[in-house]
Amino acid sequence: MVMNEVYLISGMALVTFTIRYSMYALAGRVEFPSWLDRALRYVPPAVLTALIVPAVLIPTGETMQFSYTNSYLIGAVVALLVSWRSNNLLLTIVLGMLAFWAWQWLIISL
Amino acid sequence: MSEIALNTSQKTTGSLARAEFWSGVRDTIPLVIGGIPFGLIFGTLAAPSGLSFAATLAMSAFVFAGSAQFIALGLLAAGTAWPIIVLTTFMVNVRHALYSATLAPYVKRLPQRWQIPLAFWLTDETFVLVANHYRQSDGSPHGHWYYFGSAIFMYLDWQLCTFLGLTLGRLIPNVAAWGLDFAMPVTFIGMVVPYLKDRPMLVSVIVSGLVALIAFPLPNQLGLMLAALAGIAAGLIAETRLKKKSE
Repeated sequence: MVMNEVYLISGMALVTFTIRYSMYALAGRVEFPSWLDRALRYVPPAVLTALIVPAVLIPTGETMQFSYTNSYLIGAVVALLVSWRSNNLLLTIVLGMLAFWAWQWLIISL
Repeated sequence: MSEIALNTSQKTTGSLARAEFWSGVRDTIPLVIGGIPFGLIFGTLAAPSGLSFAATLAMSAFVFAGSAQFIALGLLAAGTAWPIIVLTTFMVNVRHALYSATLAPYVKRLPQRWQIPLAFWLTDETFVLVANHYRQSDGSPHGHWYYFGSAIFMYLDWQLCTFLGLTLGRLIPNVAAWGLDFAMPVTFIGMVVPYLKDRPMLVSVIVSGLVALIAFPLPNQLGLMLAALAGIAAGLIAETRLKKKSE
């Protein structure tokens, strides 16, 4: 491991841990107002959606692909439907991945 | 008599803790499976991005943050200096402060020897499960065992997959081209849908998704933070409006 890698990993580890620990350390000393308590309920779905949507619609990281040739979009729609009907995470992952691969294979072979 | 009662209660406490631990492990199984391709790819991409074998293992062991680790690889490959990568890590992971704030009311009664490792192991996946678990059980007194079970399972899986990915990367060229990068979004979709049970939640994710698209060109994952904040604000506003209407 070169020196720069040591700095990089120590730095990343330090900022990540500090963020994760911050509110545990402050809890008890800091009272959260009630609107903040309500706001926190929206954190997981809002953050996850903000990660999902660009990954699916801008898969190459350049232009938006709102088209049937985008296998990410097809896989995501299948996953959405499976999750909504079944509420089963594992089934959602498996069928979503299969739809994604199948669609990619179709597009390449057609 | 009281001694017997005490013994029984201790025994129940122990078995409750164990039950919580295993229930945390069990609920994490799908997420661990979803995380496997993600970890494999990370390990596979490390060498081509210019990260050494030891540094890749160390990053997974000490940083333990999937998306930040991926972005770090991308930046490394582009020749970015380490202080910029550390700054980007901060931007990408600042969302964890919100997670930390959400769980703090439940975790604050625990001693430091619990709080510190649990904070270190706080990931998107474990957060979603643990927050749900505490909410459903009304702040279960043994909930930290559930948290521990989920976290340690995710952690071991990430270490193993990083190692396997590193090895795989040496054996098979071009594994990354298999589109395994879809594994992360598909896992997240399965985690979001169960939340969508009321109108404010729907408003929140629609706004978050739209802002994420519009703000995507912004540097350093700024778009991600903006989108999340806009989604949270939209959900709150919708909730307040609906409540006023029904009153």
